[in-house]
Amino acid sequence: MSAAGRVVRIASGQGFWGDWLEAPVRQVEGGPVDYLMMDYLAEVTMSIMQKQRSRDPSRGYATDFVPLMERILPTVVARGIRVTANAGGVNPQACAEAVVAVARKLGLAGKVRVGIVTGDDILDRLDELTARGHALASMDTGAPLATVRDRVLSANAYLGAAPIVQALVAGANVVITGRVTDTGLTLGPMIHEFGWAADAWDRLAAGTVAGHIIECGAQCSGGNCLVDWDRIPGMDEPGYPIVEAQADGTFAITKHPGTGGRISVPSITEQLVYEMGDPHSYITPDVIADFTSIQLRQAGKNRVQVHGVRGRPATEFLKVSIAYFYGYKAVGTLVYSWPDAYAKARAADRILRARLARLGLQFEEILTEYVGVNATHGRLGGPPHAEVPEVQLRVGVRARERAPVERFSRELAPLILNGPPSVTGFAGGRPKVEEIVAYWPALIAKTEIASRVEVMDA
Amino acid sequence: MGAKSRSRTRLVQLRLLAHARSGDKGDTANVGLIALDPAYYPILVKEVTEARVARHFKGMLTGGVQRFELSNLRALNFLLHGALGGGGTLSLKTDAQGKVFSTALLRMEIPVPADLDV
Repeated sequence: MSAAGRVVRIASGQGFWGDWLEAPVRQVEGGPVDYLMMDYLAEVTMSIMQKQRSRDPSRGYATDFVPLMERILPTVVARGIRVTANAGGVNPQACAEAVVAVARKLGLAGKVRVGIVTGDDILDRLDELTARGHALASMDTGAPLATVRDRVLSANAYLGAAPIVQALVAGANVVITGRVTDTGLTLGPMIHEFGWAADAWDRLAAGTVAGHIIECGAQCSGGNCLVDWDRIPGMDEPGYPIVEAQADGTFAITKHPGTGGRISVPSITEQLVYEMGDPHSYITPDVIADFTSIQLRQAGKNRVQVHGVRGRPATEFLKVSIAYFYGYKAVGTLVYSWPDAYAKARAADRILRARLARLGLQFEEILTEYVGVNATHGRLGGPPHAEVPEVQLRVGVRARERAPVERFSRELAPLILNGPPSVTGFAGGRPKVEEIVAYWPALIAKTEIASRVEVMDA
Repeated sequence: MGAKSRSRTRLVQLRLLAHARSGDKGDTANVGLIALDPAYYPILVKEVTEARVARHFKGMLTGGVQRFELSNLRALNFLLHGALGGGGTLSLKTDAQGKVFSTALLRMEIPVPADLDV
Protein backbone atom coordinates (compact mmCIF):
# COMPACT_ATOMS: atom_id res chain seq x y z
CA MET A 1 0.00 0.00 0.00
CA SER A 2 1.38 3.40 -0.92
CA ALA A 3 2.19 5.73 1.94
CA ALA A 4 0.24 8.56 0.36
CA GLY A 5 -3.04 6.70 0.47
CA ARG A 6 -2.67 5.03 3.85
CA VAL A 7 -5.06 6.26 6.55
CA VAL A 8 -4.34 6.10 10.27
CA ARG A 9 -7.35 6.39 12.56
CA ILE A 10 -6.83 8.08 15.92
CA ALA A 11 -9.84 8.13 18.21
CA SER A 12 -10.45 10.45 21.14
CA GLY A 13 -11.66 8.65 24.26
CA GLN A 14 -11.56 11.21 27.09
CA GLY A 15 -11.54 15.01 26.90
CA PHE A 16 -10.70 15.47 30.57
CA TRP A 17 -10.47 13.46 33.80
CA GLY A 18 -14.14 12.98 34.55
CA ASP A 19 -15.38 12.66 30.97
CA TRP A 20 -17.95 10.05 29.87
CA LEU A 21 -16.70 6.61 30.90
CA GLU A 22 -18.53 4.88 28.02
CA ALA A 23 -16.76 6.90 25.33
CA PRO A 24 -13.47 4.97 25.11
CA VAL A 25 -15.33 1.66 25.18
CA ARG A 26 -17.51 2.73 22.26
CA GLN A 27 -14.49 4.06 20.38
CA VAL A 28 -12.61 0.74 20.44
CA GLU A 29 -15.69 -1.42 19.85
CA GLY A 30 -17.71 0.73 17.45
CA GLY A 31 -15.55 0.46 14.34
CA PRO A 32 -11.98 0.37 13.09
CA VAL A 33 -9.46 2.56 14.95
CA ASP A 34 -5.68 2.30 15.14
CA TYR A 35 -5.05 4.52 18.18
CA LEU A 36 -7.04 5.68 21.18
CA MET A 37 -5.88 8.95 22.79
CA MET A 38 -7.09 10.10 26.19
CA ASP A 39 -6.43 13.42 27.87
CA TYR A 40 -6.58 13.46 31.66
CA LEU A 41 -4.57 16.44 32.82
CA ALA A 42 -5.86 19.93 33.52
CA GLU A 43 -3.50 22.50 34.98
CA VAL A 44 -4.68 22.09 38.56
CA THR A 45 -4.77 18.28 38.36
CA MET A 46 -1.00 17.89 38.80
CA SER A 47 -0.99 19.55 42.23
CA ILE A 48 -3.82 17.31 43.45
CA MET A 49 -1.88 14.28 42.27
CA GLN A 50 1.31 15.54 43.90
CA LYS A 51 -0.56 15.77 47.19
CA GLN A 52 -1.92 12.23 46.77
CA ARG A 53 1.56 10.85 46.07
CA SER A 54 3.05 12.58 49.10
CA ARG A 55 0.51 10.71 51.28
CA ASP A 56 0.79 7.40 49.40
CA PRO A 57 3.76 6.69 47.06
CA SER A 58 1.60 4.29 44.99
CA ARG A 59 -0.80 7.07 43.98
CA GLY A 60 -0.60 10.35 42.06
CA TYR A 61 -2.11 9.33 38.73
CA ALA A 62 -5.59 9.29 37.14
CA THR A 63 -6.98 6.29 39.00
CA ASP A 64 -10.03 6.03 36.69
CA PHE A 65 -7.68 4.99 33.91
CA VAL A 66 -6.99 1.55 35.42
CA PRO A 67 -10.58 0.20 35.65
CA LEU A 68 -11.17 1.71 32.20
CA MET A 69 -8.19 -0.20 30.80
CA GLU A 70 -9.54 -3.33 32.46
CA ARG A 71 -12.71 -2.89 30.40
CA ILE A 72 -11.06 -2.15 27.06
CA LEU A 73 -7.73 -4.03 27.12
CA PRO A 74 -9.12 -7.30 25.69
CA THR A 75 -10.51 -5.39 22.67
CA VAL A 76 -7.43 -3.20 22.42
CA VAL A 77 -5.20 -6.29 22.24
CA ALA A 78 -7.49 -8.29 19.95
CA ARG A 79 -7.77 -5.45 17.44
CA GLY A 80 -4.18 -4.24 17.69
CA ILE A 81 -5.17 -0.78 18.91
CA ARG A 82 -2.52 1.36 20.64
CA VAL A 83 -3.37 3.72 23.49
CA THR A 84 -1.76 7.08 24.31
CA ALA A 85 -2.81 8.73 27.58
CA ASN A 86 -1.36 11.32 29.95
CA ALA A 87 -3.04 9.46 32.79
CA GLY A 88 0.31 8.99 34.54
CA GLY A 89 0.09 12.38 36.24
CA VAL A 90 2.99 12.73 38.67
CA ASN A 91 3.44 8.96 38.95
CA PRO A 92 3.44 7.28 35.50
CA GLN A 93 5.44 4.35 36.93
CA ALA A 94 2.74 3.44 39.45
CA CYS A 95 0.05 3.90 36.80
CA ALA A 96 1.95 1.56 34.46
CA GLU A 97 2.37 -1.05 37.20
CA ALA A 98 -1.37 -0.96 37.86
CA VAL A 99 -2.14 -1.42 34.14
CA VAL A 100 0.35 -4.30 33.88
CA ALA A 101 -1.30 -5.97 36.88
CA VAL A 102 -4.70 -5.62 35.24
CA ALA A 103 -3.37 -7.05 31.96
CA ARG A 104 -2.01 -10.12 33.76
CA LYS A 105 -5.29 -10.57 35.61
CA LEU A 106 -7.08 -10.56 32.24
CA GLY A 107 -4.74 -13.26 30.93
CA LEU A 108 -3.02 -10.85 28.55
CA ALA A 109 0.52 -11.54 29.78
CA GLY A 110 2.93 -11.24 26.86
CA LYS A 111 0.43 -9.17 24.88
CA VAL A 112 0.69 -5.79 26.58
CA ARG A 113 3.79 -3.62 26.57
CA VAL A 114 3.41 -0.38 28.51
CA GLY A 115 5.57 2.59 27.56
CA ILE A 116 6.29 5.02 30.37
CA VAL A 117 7.18 8.64 29.59
CA THR A 118 8.74 10.68 32.39
CA GLY A 119 11.14 13.58 32.80
CA ASP A 120 8.48 16.30 32.96
CA ASP A 121 8.51 16.50 36.76
CA ILE A 122 11.01 19.20 37.83
CA LEU A 123 9.75 19.81 41.38
CA ASP A 124 12.98 18.45 42.89
CA ARG A 125 15.10 20.49 40.47
CA LEU A 126 13.59 23.95 41.01
CA ASP A 127 16.33 25.26 43.31
CA GLU A 128 19.08 23.88 41.10
CA LEU A 129 17.47 25.50 38.05
CA THR A 130 16.93 28.91 39.67
CA ALA A 131 20.45 28.81 41.13
CA ARG A 132 21.76 28.45 37.58
CA GLY A 133 19.89 31.54 36.45
CA HIS A 134 16.52 30.20 35.27
CA ALA A 135 14.13 32.71 36.82
CA LEU A 136 11.02 30.66 35.91
CA ALA A 137 9.26 34.01 35.88
CA SER A 138 5.49 34.04 35.67
CA MET A 139 4.29 34.41 32.08
CA ASP A 140 1.31 36.34 33.48
CA THR A 141 3.03 38.87 35.75
CA GLY A 142 6.79 38.60 35.06
CA ALA A 143 7.48 38.00 38.76
CA PRO A 144 10.34 35.58 39.56
CA LEU A 145 9.51 32.17 41.03
CA ALA A 146 11.26 33.19 44.26
CA THR A 147 8.07 35.15 45.08
CA VAL A 148 6.18 31.90 45.70
CA ARG A 149 8.99 29.31 45.92
CA ASP A 150 8.23 28.21 49.50
CA ARG A 151 4.63 27.46 48.54
CA VAL A 152 5.21 25.44 45.35
CA LEU A 153 3.32 22.13 45.26
CA SER A 154 4.15 20.80 41.80
CA ALA A 155 6.22 21.78 38.76
CA ASN A 156 6.02 20.04 35.40
CA ALA A 157 7.38 20.86 31.98
CA TYR A 158 5.05 20.16 29.07
CA LEU A 159 6.72 17.48 26.97
CA GLY A 160 5.87 17.14 23.29
CA ALA A 161 5.24 14.23 20.95
CA ALA A 162 8.85 12.96 20.70
CA PRO A 163 8.90 10.67 23.77
CA ILE A 164 5.54 9.20 22.74
CA VAL A 165 7.07 8.32 19.37
CA GLN A 166 10.03 6.70 21.16
CA ALA A 167 7.66 4.57 23.25
CA LEU A 168 5.77 3.49 20.13
CA VAL A 169 9.04 2.63 18.37
CA ALA A 170 9.93 0.51 21.40
CA GLY A 171 6.79 -1.49 20.75
CA ALA A 172 4.51 -0.14 23.46
CA ASN A 173 0.81 -0.66 22.84
CA VAL A 174 -0.15 1.42 25.87
CA VAL A 175 1.79 4.67 26.33
CA ILE A 176 1.37 6.31 29.73
CA THR A 177 2.82 9.77 30.21
CA GLY A 178 3.05 12.49 32.80
CA ARG A 179 2.67 16.12 31.70
CA VAL A 180 2.65 15.81 27.93
CA THR A 181 0.76 18.31 25.78
CA ASP A 182 -2.77 17.26 24.91
CA THR A 183 -1.94 17.61 21.23
CA GLY A 184 1.17 15.41 21.53
CA LEU A 185 -1.04 12.41 22.30
CA THR A 186 -2.43 12.64 18.74
CA LEU A 187 0.63 13.99 16.94
CA GLY A 188 2.92 11.26 18.36
CA PRO A 189 1.10 8.41 16.60
CA MET A 190 1.14 10.35 13.29
CA ILE A 191 4.89 11.00 13.46
CA HIS A 192 5.43 7.33 14.26
CA GLU A 193 3.20 6.04 11.45
CA PHE A 194 4.30 8.43 8.72
CA GLY A 195 7.91 9.00 9.72
CA TRP A 196 7.54 12.78 9.65
CA ALA A 197 10.84 14.62 10.11
CA ALA A 198 11.43 16.87 13.11
CA ASP A 199 11.41 19.89 10.77
CA ALA A 200 8.38 18.91 8.64
CA TRP A 201 6.69 21.99 10.13
CA ASP A 202 3.52 21.97 8.05
CA ARG A 203 2.82 18.31 8.79
CA LEU A 204 3.65 18.66 12.48
CA ALA A 205 1.31 21.67 12.56
CA ALA A 206 -1.42 19.63 10.85
CA GLY A 207 -1.06 16.86 13.44
CA THR A 208 -1.17 19.47 16.19
CA VAL A 209 -4.37 20.98 14.79
CA ALA A 210 -5.88 17.48 14.60
CA GLY A 211 -4.89 16.96 18.23
CA HIS A 212 -6.46 20.27 19.26
CA ILE A 213 -9.72 19.37 17.50
CA ILE A 214 -10.14 16.01 19.27
CA GLU A 215 -8.50 16.70 22.65
CA CYS A 216 -11.79 17.85 24.21
CA GLY A 217 -13.67 14.73 23.09
CA ALA A 218 -17.26 15.36 22.02
CA GLN A 219 -16.83 19.14 22.24
CA CYS A 220 -16.10 18.98 18.47
CA SER A 221 -18.78 16.43 17.60
CA GLY A 222 -21.96 18.09 18.82
CA GLY A 223 -21.30 18.59 22.52
CA ASN A 224 -21.52 22.20 23.72
CA CYS A 225 -22.28 23.20 20.11
CA LEU A 226 -24.36 26.37 19.82
CA VAL A 227 -25.39 26.01 16.17
CA ASP A 228 -28.73 24.14 15.96
CA TRP A 229 -28.01 22.72 19.40
CA ASP A 230 -31.58 21.55 19.89
CA ARG A 231 -31.58 19.66 16.58
CA ILE A 232 -28.35 17.70 17.02
CA PRO A 233 -29.46 14.06 17.09
CA GLY A 234 -28.60 11.30 19.53
CA MET A 235 -26.86 13.36 22.20
CA ASP A 236 -27.60 10.61 24.71
CA GLU A 237 -25.01 8.58 22.78
CA PRO A 238 -22.67 11.09 21.11
CA GLY A 239 -19.98 9.76 18.83
CA TYR A 240 -16.55 10.92 19.98
CA PRO A 241 -14.27 12.23 17.25
CA ILE A 242 -11.87 10.18 15.14
CA VAL A 243 -9.03 11.65 13.07
CA GLU A 244 -8.37 9.90 9.76
CA ALA A 245 -4.84 11.06 9.06
CA GLN A 246 -2.73 10.79 5.93
CA ALA A 247 0.99 11.09 5.40
CA ASP A 248 0.70 14.40 3.53
CA GLY A 249 -0.75 16.12 6.61
CA THR A 250 -4.33 16.24 5.41
CA PHE A 251 -6.91 14.63 7.62
CA ALA A 252 -10.61 14.17 8.17
CA ILE A 253 -12.58 14.37 11.41
CA THR A 254 -15.38 11.83 11.64
CA LYS A 255 -17.07 9.47 14.12
CA HIS A 256 -18.33 5.91 14.15
CA PRO A 257 -21.49 5.16 12.14
CA GLY A 258 -24.68 4.89 14.13
CA THR A 259 -23.55 7.23 16.90
CA GLY A 260 -25.20 10.50 17.91
CA GLY A 261 -23.88 14.02 17.77
CA ARG A 262 -22.80 15.93 14.68
CA ILE A 263 -19.54 16.66 12.93
CA SER A 264 -19.89 19.76 10.79
CA VAL A 265 -17.84 22.78 9.81
CA PRO A 266 -19.55 24.84 12.56
CA SER A 267 -18.95 22.17 15.25
CA ILE A 268 -15.27 21.87 14.30
CA THR A 269 -14.81 25.64 14.04
CA GLU A 270 -16.19 26.14 17.55
CA GLN A 271 -13.61 23.70 18.92
CA LEU A 272 -10.79 25.30 16.89
CA VAL A 273 -11.37 28.71 18.53
CA TYR A 274 -11.74 27.24 22.02
CA GLU A 275 -9.07 28.59 24.42
CA MET A 276 -7.36 30.30 21.48
CA GLY A 277 -4.80 33.06 21.95
CA ASP A 278 -3.03 34.57 18.94
CA PRO A 279 -4.23 32.30 16.11
CA HIS A 280 -1.04 32.88 14.10
CA SER A 281 1.03 31.23 16.82
CA TYR A 282 -0.35 28.15 18.54
CA ILE A 283 2.86 27.20 20.33
CA THR A 284 3.66 23.62 21.34
CA PRO A 285 6.99 21.88 22.07
CA ASP A 286 6.81 20.39 18.57
CA VAL A 287 5.89 23.28 16.28
CA ILE A 288 4.19 26.66 16.01
CA ALA A 289 0.91 26.07 14.19
CA ASP A 290 -0.80 28.86 12.27
CA PHE A 291 -4.55 28.55 12.80
CA THR A 292 -5.19 31.21 10.14
CA SER A 293 -4.08 28.64 7.54
CA ILE A 294 -6.60 25.91 8.38
CA GLN A 295 -9.08 25.06 5.62
CA LEU A 296 -12.24 23.11 6.45
CA ARG A 297 -14.63 21.40 4.05
CA GLN A 298 -17.75 19.35 4.73
CA ALA A 299 -16.85 16.12 2.91
CA GLY A 300 -19.95 14.11 3.71
CA LYS A 301 -22.34 13.56 6.56
CA ASN A 302 -20.46 13.83 9.87
CA ARG A 303 -17.19 14.22 8.04
CA VAL A 304 -15.04 17.37 7.83
CA GLN A 305 -11.88 17.43 5.73
CA VAL A 306 -8.96 19.60 6.92
CA HIS A 307 -6.08 20.79 4.74
CA GLY A 308 -3.71 23.68 4.17
CA VAL A 309 -2.27 23.81 7.70
CA ARG A 310 1.01 25.71 7.93
CA GLY A 311 3.62 25.53 10.67
CA ARG A 312 6.83 27.28 11.73
CA PRO A 313 9.88 26.08 13.68
CA ALA A 314 9.26 25.32 17.33
CA THR A 315 10.70 27.62 19.99
CA GLU A 316 13.73 26.82 22.16
CA PHE A 317 11.52 26.65 25.27
CA LEU A 318 9.08 24.37 27.01
CA LYS A 319 6.18 25.68 29.03
CA VAL A 320 6.30 24.80 32.71
CA SER A 321 3.17 24.42 34.78
CA ILE A 322 3.84 25.27 38.42
CA ALA A 323 1.18 25.00 41.12
CA TYR A 324 1.50 26.81 44.45
CA PHE A 325 -0.56 27.25 47.58
CA TYR A 326 -2.35 30.59 47.54
CA GLY A 327 -4.96 30.77 50.32
CA TYR A 328 -8.58 29.92 50.98
CA LYS A 329 -12.01 30.50 49.53
CA ALA A 330 -15.62 29.58 50.17
CA VAL A 331 -18.81 30.06 48.20
CA GLY A 332 -22.29 29.85 49.70
CA THR A 333 -25.80 30.12 48.27
CA LEU A 334 -29.36 30.82 49.44
CA VAL A 335 -32.52 30.88 47.34
CA TYR A 336 -35.20 33.58 47.75
CA SER A 337 -38.70 33.16 46.30
CA TRP A 338 -41.41 35.39 44.86
CA PRO A 339 -42.65 37.99 45.71
CA ASP A 340 -39.77 40.45 45.47
CA ALA A 341 -37.23 37.62 45.18
CA TYR A 342 -34.43 39.83 43.86
CA ALA A 343 -35.03 42.56 46.47
CA LYS A 344 -34.91 39.96 49.26
CA ALA A 345 -31.68 38.46 47.95
CA ARG A 346 -30.08 41.91 47.74
CA ALA A 347 -31.22 42.74 51.28
CA ALA A 348 -29.67 39.49 52.53
CA ASP A 349 -26.38 40.41 50.86
CA ARG A 350 -26.37 43.85 52.52
CA ILE A 351 -27.03 42.30 55.93
CA LEU A 352 -24.34 39.65 55.43
CA ARG A 353 -21.73 42.21 54.37
CA ALA A 354 -22.55 44.46 57.35
CA ARG A 355 -22.08 41.52 59.70
CA LEU A 356 -18.78 40.51 58.09
CA ALA A 357 -17.56 44.12 58.36
CA ARG A 358 -18.58 44.38 62.02
CA LEU A 359 -16.59 41.22 62.75
CA GLY A 360 -13.56 42.98 61.23
CA LEU A 361 -12.89 40.11 58.82
CA GLN A 362 -10.37 40.88 56.08
CA PHE A 363 -10.90 39.40 52.63
CA GLU A 364 -9.07 39.89 49.36
CA GLU A 365 -12.45 39.80 47.67
CA ILE A 366 -16.13 39.36 48.44
CA LEU A 367 -18.14 38.62 45.31
CA THR A 368 -21.93 38.60 45.19
CA GLU A 369 -23.80 37.16 42.25
CA TYR A 370 -27.53 36.69 41.78
CA VAL A 371 -28.08 33.46 39.87
CA GLY A 372 -31.01 34.00 37.52
CA VAL A 373 -30.11 37.68 37.19
CA ASN A 374 -26.44 38.43 36.60
CA ALA A 375 -24.18 35.44 37.37
CA THR A 376 -23.19 34.73 33.79
CA HIS A 377 -23.66 38.01 31.89
CA GLY A 378 -23.24 40.65 34.59
CA ARG A 379 -25.17 43.83 33.88
CA LEU A 380 -25.75 42.83 30.23
CA GLY A 381 -28.85 40.81 31.12
CA GLY A 382 -30.60 43.88 32.51
CA PRO A 383 -32.82 43.91 35.60
CA PRO A 384 -34.86 40.76 36.30
CA HIS A 385 -38.58 40.50 35.62
CA ALA A 386 -40.55 41.96 38.57
CA GLU A 387 -42.37 38.65 39.05
CA VAL A 388 -39.25 36.46 38.82
CA PRO A 389 -40.15 33.25 40.74
CA GLU A 390 -36.82 32.90 42.53
CA VAL A 391 -33.30 34.26 42.72
CA GLN A 392 -30.26 32.49 44.11
CA LEU A 393 -27.93 34.63 46.21
CA ARG A 394 -24.36 33.39 45.69
CA VAL A 395 -21.59 34.90 47.80
CA GLY A 396 -17.92 33.99 47.58
CA VAL A 397 -14.96 35.16 49.66
CA ARG A 398 -11.21 34.72 49.28
CA ALA A 399 -8.43 35.36 51.83
CA ARG A 400 -4.81 34.38 52.41
CA GLU A 401 -5.69 33.19 55.93
CA ARG A 402 -8.11 30.41 56.77
CA ALA A 403 -9.81 32.06 59.79
CA PRO A 404 -11.87 34.75 58.04
CA VAL A 405 -13.06 32.29 55.38
CA GLU A 406 -14.00 29.80 58.10
CA ARG A 407 -15.99 32.48 59.92
CA PHE A 408 -17.73 33.55 56.70
CA SER A 409 -18.91 29.98 56.23
CA ARG A 410 -20.78 30.30 59.57
CA GLU A 411 -22.43 33.63 58.75
CA LEU A 412 -24.64 32.47 55.88
CA ALA A 413 -26.90 29.93 57.64
CA PRO A 414 -28.16 32.34 60.33
CA LEU A 415 -29.81 34.40 57.57
CA ILE A 416 -32.36 31.58 57.18
CA LEU A 417 -33.94 32.59 60.49
CA ASN A 418 -32.69 36.11 61.09
CA GLY A 419 -32.77 37.66 57.61
CA PRO A 420 -35.25 38.45 54.81
CA PRO A 421 -38.23 36.06 54.37
CA SER A 422 -39.01 33.32 51.82
CA VAL A 423 -35.58 31.73 51.91
CA THR A 424 -34.73 28.11 51.16
CA GLY A 425 -32.20 25.93 49.38
CA PHE A 426 -29.65 25.46 52.12
CA ALA A 427 -29.60 21.69 51.80
CA GLY A 428 -25.84 21.55 51.24
CA GLY A 429 -25.13 22.86 54.73
CA ARG A 430 -22.32 25.24 55.56
CA PRO A 431 -20.14 26.42 52.65
CA LYS A 432 -16.98 24.33 52.34
CA VAL A 433 -13.69 26.11 53.00
CA GLU A 434 -11.41 25.24 50.07
CA GLU A 435 -7.67 25.56 49.75
CA ILE A 436 -6.70 27.55 46.66
CA VAL A 437 -3.92 26.10 44.55
CA ALA A 438 -2.89 28.73 42.05
CA TYR A 439 -1.19 28.28 38.72
CA TRP A 440 2.16 29.78 37.72
CA PRO A 441 2.99 29.38 34.02
CA ALA A 442 6.68 29.78 33.12
CA LEU A 443 9.19 28.86 30.42
CA ILE A 444 12.33 26.72 30.59
CA ALA A 445 15.03 26.14 27.98
CA LYS A 446 14.47 22.82 26.19
CA THR A 447 18.10 21.87 26.81
CA GLU A 448 17.34 21.59 30.55
CA ILE A 449 14.62 18.96 30.16
CA ALA A 450 15.42 15.36 29.25
CA SER A 451 12.44 13.10 28.76
CA ARG A 452 12.84 9.40 29.59
CA VAL A 453 11.09 6.42 28.05
CA GLU A 454 10.94 2.95 29.56
CA VAL A 455 8.85 -0.08 28.75
CA MET A 456 7.25 -2.62 31.05
CA ASP A 457 5.82 -5.92 29.78
CA ALA A 458 2.77 -7.62 31.22
CA MET B 1 -22.00 58.47 6.85
CA GLY B 2 -24.92 60.47 5.47
CA ALA B 3 -28.56 60.39 6.57
CA LYS B 4 -29.43 58.31 3.56
CA SER B 5 -27.03 55.45 4.29
CA ARG B 6 -27.96 55.53 7.99
CA SER B 7 -31.58 55.06 7.06
CA ARG B 8 -30.61 51.95 5.12
CA THR B 9 -29.21 50.05 8.11
CA ARG B 10 -30.87 48.40 11.06
CA LEU B 11 -29.62 47.02 14.36
CA VAL B 12 -29.33 43.27 14.67
CA GLN B 13 -28.23 41.22 17.68
CA LEU B 14 -25.03 39.24 17.03
CA ARG B 15 -26.74 35.96 17.92
CA LEU B 16 -28.51 36.14 14.55
CA LEU B 17 -25.26 36.62 12.66
CA ALA B 18 -22.74 34.50 14.51
CA HIS B 19 -22.13 31.62 16.86
CA ALA B 20 -19.37 31.56 19.42
CA ARG B 21 -17.33 29.55 21.92
CA SER B 22 -15.21 30.84 24.77
CA GLY B 23 -12.55 29.56 27.12
CA ASP B 24 -9.85 30.80 29.47
CA LYS B 25 -6.11 31.40 29.79
CA GLY B 26 -5.51 32.58 33.32
CA ASP B 27 -7.48 35.77 33.91
CA THR B 28 -8.12 36.25 30.19
CA ALA B 29 -11.28 34.98 28.52
CA ASN B 30 -11.20 34.24 24.80
CA VAL B 31 -14.29 34.47 22.64
CA GLY B 32 -14.23 33.02 19.15
CA LEU B 33 -17.00 34.64 17.12
CA ILE B 34 -17.93 32.69 13.96
CA ALA B 35 -20.13 34.00 11.13
CA LEU B 36 -23.26 31.90 10.55
CA ASP B 37 -23.11 32.80 6.84
CA PRO B 38 -20.10 33.80 4.73
CA ALA B 39 -21.92 37.04 3.83
CA TYR B 40 -21.92 38.09 7.48
CA TYR B 41 -18.15 37.85 8.01
CA PRO B 42 -17.18 41.22 6.45
CA ILE B 43 -19.90 42.87 8.54
CA LEU B 44 -18.46 41.32 11.70
CA VAL B 45 -14.97 42.49 10.72
CA LYS B 46 -16.25 46.03 10.18
CA GLU B 47 -18.60 46.37 13.15
CA VAL B 48 -17.33 44.11 15.95
CA THR B 49 -14.17 46.10 16.63
CA GLU B 50 -11.92 46.03 19.69
CA ALA B 51 -13.37 49.38 20.76
CA ARG B 52 -17.00 48.25 20.36
CA VAL B 53 -16.36 45.05 22.30
CA ALA B 54 -14.54 46.95 25.05
CA ARG B 55 -17.56 49.29 25.32
CA HIS B 56 -19.96 46.31 25.39
CA PHE B 57 -18.08 44.81 28.35
CA LYS B 58 -17.37 48.14 30.09
CA GLY B 59 -17.04 47.65 33.84
CA MET B 60 -16.68 43.87 33.41
CA LEU B 61 -12.97 43.75 32.45
CA THR B 62 -9.92 45.00 34.33
CA GLY B 63 -7.81 44.87 31.15
CA GLY B 64 -8.12 45.57 27.45
CA VAL B 65 -9.54 43.79 24.42
CA GLN B 66 -7.48 42.28 21.57
CA ARG B 67 -8.94 41.05 18.29
CA PHE B 68 -7.50 38.60 15.75
CA GLU B 69 -8.99 37.82 12.33
CA LEU B 70 -9.33 34.30 10.95
CA SER B 71 -10.82 34.88 7.52
CA ASN B 72 -10.18 31.20 6.70
CA LEU B 73 -12.70 30.18 9.37
CA ARG B 74 -14.82 33.34 8.99
CA ALA B 75 -14.11 33.94 12.64
CA LEU B 76 -12.80 36.65 14.93
CA ASN B 77 -10.97 35.79 18.13
CA PHE B 78 -11.22 38.21 21.03
CA LEU B 79 -9.02 38.18 24.09
CA LEU B 80 -10.77 39.86 27.02
CA HIS B 81 -8.08 40.57 29.60
CA GLY B 82 -8.96 40.65 33.28
CA ALA B 83 -12.38 39.14 32.63
CA LEU B 84 -12.41 36.27 35.09
CA GLY B 85 -12.00 37.68 38.60
CA GLY B 86 -8.39 36.50 38.84
CA GLY B 87 -9.00 33.39 36.76
CA GLY B 88 -8.57 29.68 37.37
CA THR B 89 -8.83 28.61 40.97
CA LEU B 90 -8.61 32.16 42.40
CA SER B 91 -11.84 33.32 40.81
CA LEU B 92 -15.04 33.40 42.87
CA LYS B 93 -17.21 33.77 39.79
CA THR B 94 -19.77 31.20 38.64
CA ASP B 95 -18.15 31.45 35.21
CA ALA B 96 -14.58 31.31 36.49
CA GLN B 97 -13.37 29.74 33.23
CA GLY B 98 -15.23 32.10 30.92
CA LYS B 99 -17.25 29.27 29.37
CA VAL B 100 -20.27 31.49 28.64
CA PHE B 101 -18.57 34.81 27.91
CA SER B 102 -19.29 33.77 24.32
CA THR B 103 -23.02 34.19 24.79
CA ALA B 104 -22.53 37.52 26.57
CA LEU B 105 -20.88 38.85 23.41
CA LEU B 106 -23.78 37.55 21.30
CA ARG B 107 -26.03 40.05 23.10
CA MET B 108 -24.31 42.90 21.29
CA GLU B 109 -26.25 44.76 18.59
CA ILE B 110 -24.56 45.93 15.40
CA PRO B 111 -25.82 47.86 12.36
CA VAL B 112 -26.34 45.80 9.22
CA PRO B 113 -27.65 46.77 5.76
CA ALA B 114 -31.44 46.97 5.95
CA ASP B 115 -31.81 44.49 3.11
CA LEU B 116 -29.45 41.87 4.60
CA ASP B 117 -31.12 38.47 4.75
CA VAL B 118 -30.92 37.49 8.44
